Amino acid sequence: MNISRRKMLILLPAAAVAWESVLAGTPEASPNYKMSDHWWGMLIDVSKCIGCGNCVRACQTENDVPEGYFRTWVERYHVDDTHLENPTVISPDGGKEGFPAAKEDAGKYFFVPKMCNHCADSPCTQVCPVGATFISPDGVVLIDQKYCLGCAYCVQACPYGCRYIHPEKHVADKCTLCYHRITKGLTTACCESCPTGARQLADLKNPNDPIHAFLKTHNVQVLKPQMATGAKAFYNDLDGSVR
Amino acid sequence: MSALKDARHLFRFAGLFVLAFLIFLVVRHYYVPKCFGQYGHYRGAAIGEIAQLPVKFAGHQACEDCHTDVVAKKNTGKHAHVNCEACHGALASHANDPSTVKPVLPDTSVLCARCHTASAAKPKGFPQVEPAEHSQGLPCETCHNPHSPAMDAGGAK
Repeated sequence: MNISRRKMLILLPAAAVAWESVLAGTPEASPNYKMSDHWWGMLIDVSKCIGCGNCVRACQTENDVPEGYFRTWVERYHVDDTHLENPTVISPDGGKEGFPAAKEDAGKYFFVPKMCNHCADSPCTQVCPVGATFISPDGVVLIDQKYCLGCAYCVQACPYGCRYIHPEKHVADKCTLCYHRITKGLTTACCESCPTGARQLADLKNPNDPIHAFLKTHNVQVLKPQMATGAKAFYNDLDGSVR
Repeated sequence: MSALKDARHLFRFAGLFVLAFLIFLVVRHYYVPKCFGQYGHYRGAAIGEIAQLPVKFAGHQACEDCHTDVVAKKNTGKHAHVNCEACHGALASHANDPSTVKPVLPDTSVLCARCHTASAAKPKGFPQVEPAEHSQGLPCETCHNPHSPAMDAGGAK
């Protein structure tokens, strides 16, 4: 790239103004929302998922997720009777447009919605060299895209494959747990559009949240518990073959 | 004394080092945002910026405030717990400006089939049909009202 002296003189103040906006930041959007009162997670009931792909479409609409990239997606597992450790997993276009027909009487099939687990001890935030990704005080793993360099360390670090590099912005991108919605008292776009209630936003700091009763009375698991990520996406009725 | 005299070039070097460090501190002071470190090793204002992104799904409460008749109908049937925007799509634009932004009526042949097409992967209790043989090409709303789909709840609308 060739920059003439004239161009440089024009660009410098522009860059200064841009940086000024980064320094100043923007005021809090929801004045009544107190971060210290919440600790967000998600309840995913595998036994209720019908694989309609509503969550995937809603997420892409709500968050302008680029075509071919996913902040949430639905996988269909096929576990053969004799191959419990090697399930066949498909997720064509994230499950957005449905799935091919499943064969009756050929092992078992089920759907597993996947998304960021908003880990309390997340591997992805620990590897960021510039402090661009972090766990907010209310337990949501977020990315400061003005600070992100796009080095993709975090993309590699996430054991659940929940991050990607945005093809146009060239910075890391991921599920924000619809932070712009939950701070306004709404639920996430995926929960709002789930027709069967297979996904439920959960506030673990709210003693009246139904999540507490649910966790006591159901067989709930997190994905890859052996990695000690502190995952907060709680799966009900999860098959042992799910990775 | 003579030893110190020989070390003079070292003092000069140390001076330069201190000066460079001071310049670094000054530059750092101006370039690191004030809110960096407010909550942790990141820019605190980033949280507020993410919280300010535009909302596209209005949320069922916004729909229910106006469309009380549909809510009443929906509450009588199996779709009582299906939120409006699960079928009608993101409509915050309509909720914010109901008179100019008119939602498009969804196509039931696509919409109903998305959830109710039979598949061995779906939970057994979930109502499923083979659309082609179930309706013989008729649109679903010939027999079912999508807001309260049981047959005895009456046909279209």
